[in-house]
Amino acid sequence: MAVGLDFGALADYAPVFAKGVAVTCELTLVVGGLGLALGILCAWVRTQGPRVIRPFVSIYVELIRNTPFLIQLFFIFFGLPAVGVSLGEMEAAILAMVVNLGAYACEIIRAGIEATPRGQYEASASLAMSRLQTFRYVVLRPALQRIWPALTSQLVIVMFGSAVCSQIAVEDITFAANFIQSRNFRAFEAYIAATLLYLALALLLRQGMRMLALVLFPRRRAVR
Amino acid sequence: MSPFTTWDIVRNLLLATQWTVLLSLIAFAGGAVVALAALLARTSRNRWARRGTVFYIELFQGTPLLMQLFLFFFGLSLLGLNVPPWLAAAVALILWTGAFLAEIWRGCVEAIPRGQWEASASLAQSYFEQMRYVILPQALRIAVPPTVGFSVQVVKATALTSIIGFVELSKASTMITNATFQPFVVYGFAALIYFALCWPLSKSSQLLERKLNVAHRRH
Amino acid sequence: MSLIAVTEVRKRFGANEVLKGINLDVAPGEVIAIIGKSGSGKSTLLRCINGLETIDEGSIMVAGAQLADDELHLRALRLKVGMIFQGFNLFPHLSAGRNVMLSPMVVKKISAKEAEAEARARLAQVGLEHKFDAYPDELSGGQQQRVAIARALAMRPLALLCDEITSALDPELVNEVLQVVGKLAEEGMTLLMVTHEMRFAREVCDRVVFMHQGRVHEIGPPDIVFESPKTLELRQFLGMT
Ligand SMILES: Nc1ncnc2c1ncn2[C@@H]1O[C@H](COP(=O)(O)OP(=O)(O)OP(=O)(O)O)[C@@H](O)[C@H]1O
Ligand SMILES: [Mg+2]
Repeated sequence: MAVGLDFGALADYAPVFAKGVAVTCELTLVVGGLGLALGILCAWVRTQGPRVIRPFVSIYVELIRNTPFLIQLFFIFFGLPAVGVSLGEMEAAILAMVVNLGAYACEIIRAGIEATPRGQYEASASLAMSRLQTFRYVVLRPALQRIWPALTSQLVIVMFGSAVCSQIAVEDITFAANFIQSRNFRAFEAYIAATLLYLALALLLRQGMRMLALVLFPRRRAVR
Repeated sequence: MSPFTTWDIVRNLLLATQWTVLLSLIAFAGGAVVALAALLARTSRNRWARRGTVFYIELFQGTPLLMQLFLFFFGLSLLGLNVPPWLAAAVALILWTGAFLAEIWRGCVEAIPRGQWEASASLAQSYFEQMRYVILPQALRIAVPPTVGFSVQVVKATALTSIIGFVELSKASTMITNATFQPFVVYGFAALIYFALCWPLSKSSQLLERKLNVAHRRH
Repeated sequence: MSLIAVTEVRKRFGANEVLKGINLDVAPGEVIAIIGKSGSGKSTLLRCINGLETIDEGSIMVAGAQLADDELHLRALRLKVGMIFQGFNLFPHLSAGRNVMLSPMVVKKISAKEAEAEARARLAQVGLEHKFDAYPDELSGGQQQRVAIARALAMRPLALLCDEITSALDPELVNEVLQVVGKLAEEGMTLLMVTHEMRFAREVCDRVVFMHQGRVHEIGPPDIVFESPKTLELRQFLGMT
């Protein structure tokens, strides 16, 4: 049984992979920012926002968390044009990923908010802060700090999920691997290389989130 | 007008759903067996068993499932084996599920107080006797909610196997879309079917969790 | 011949040497109390004798079973000494009776019927035969600790190690446990117990060991140790200065 692996055959395609890495990074960064914002908004609505819109947020969260990302992506990219909303592949990918991350982030952040001790609310009230001010200045940061590790893991999951976007011709790492193996018929090597790239990006992403936490939460200890 | 009625679409989607369910069951059952073995190795006293298991878990949790699917699909053929998509899908999903369940269950085992290990050790029980009679029965109880919760991830993960050509609900959706040109309806219904599969699992996981917390407080 | 022989035992946690060369011989049927300040290494010594901690130097022998860091040796050792813990450590998913039956059945492979008879006898010995089917969370602390004693006894150990077994109990529950231990002592069980119950130690024990900074600082019969301590540290510990 001769198993010949030939990674040299990949060297010519380095620029293709480079492009893929750039696209995956771009997707992850844009989606990370927007998805986090959407998650905070939804978590606020679910915990202390207007009661009338709470059920809608719940339905959104449940729908997203109980269907595969692949179907969400196809629905947005292939389905929405049928009702007059056409998006380019990159826009569709970003929209699908933001909607997806938003739902998960909402639940994670909500748990962080609900762990806020009562005393924090009482102290803020006694200082004449409004509910929104309390949320913005007192509750949010410690809540994010509490759930930062979970949020980091979710972001990594979203980045791994972005591999699926290659299916609508977004030119990410997976797309690059698909392209290369269709040219040089070295599928195994191409996907090993892609896997290693994802592995490296995940490490980088975790490190980045750790550094971001240092900036966002300079005080070490969150109130428990 | 398309010659396909909505009922035609739904019926064909439901037919394909069988394969999604079957693959989920296989992945979950196989994954549970792998996870149990990994759990024992991961908490055992043998350093190499522990290291090997950590490597396995990190590898499968630290890379995209889609890559794992591709690697099994193309990798096994590289060994000269002709693997049908369903086999590659099943193997990859079992190993992926096993890695996650092993970590979930390890958390449950570690939640058992150290005194339980010490008391059973002082009664001369071996590692397997401790696990079998003292630790696992307690860990199992707290493991049920997160395990049920993870089954939702497994069902959703099966959608990815469509990409290596296994015909389940997602692949069928694409095929039906190509025939009917009604992507909005087809993917909409596909989403609803997935939701119908997953939501009861999510909900029961939450309920079980709540019940366990109440039981805990009573003691 | 001593039943338990502890020879030049040293134990370190990282850089912190907790046992600094312990020597102790326990004769069969002897009852020994270990006293000393918090952090002097009392628990660590007991845990070493039960193989819950490994030792760095020296040796521990119990009735010919040598402490070593493999399952076979540990098992042989633990079949000879039982241990009772401060926090009871009953198995919460098993009834009191099942707690007592478990190890005889799975370790000694005796039949369920025999194990049950044994369990009922041991529970009767600690005055709890009527609690056979109760679960740990349905028992008071004192009752839980007595079940734990029955559980250890069911393995027919040659000696019992007790680490502050009444410290987690409400004051009114302490006596019921001490009574059980006192009865065991009368019946000739070898006991090695860390305790803060000085009166009990004085009445029941044959010898008292005073540990200080990881060493056996003084040792002797209770009336001598308690009445005329030789060292300043023991006098301070007993509040005599
Ligand atoms: N697992 C461990 N890891 C590190 N240090 C430990 C460990 N167990 C005990 N120690 C240290 O060993 C020393 C002796 O502890 P030990 O529990 O034997 O004391 P003790 O005499 O039983 O005290 P107490 O009366 O408070 O129970 C202490 O300084 C303690 O901090
Ligand atoms: Mg102690």
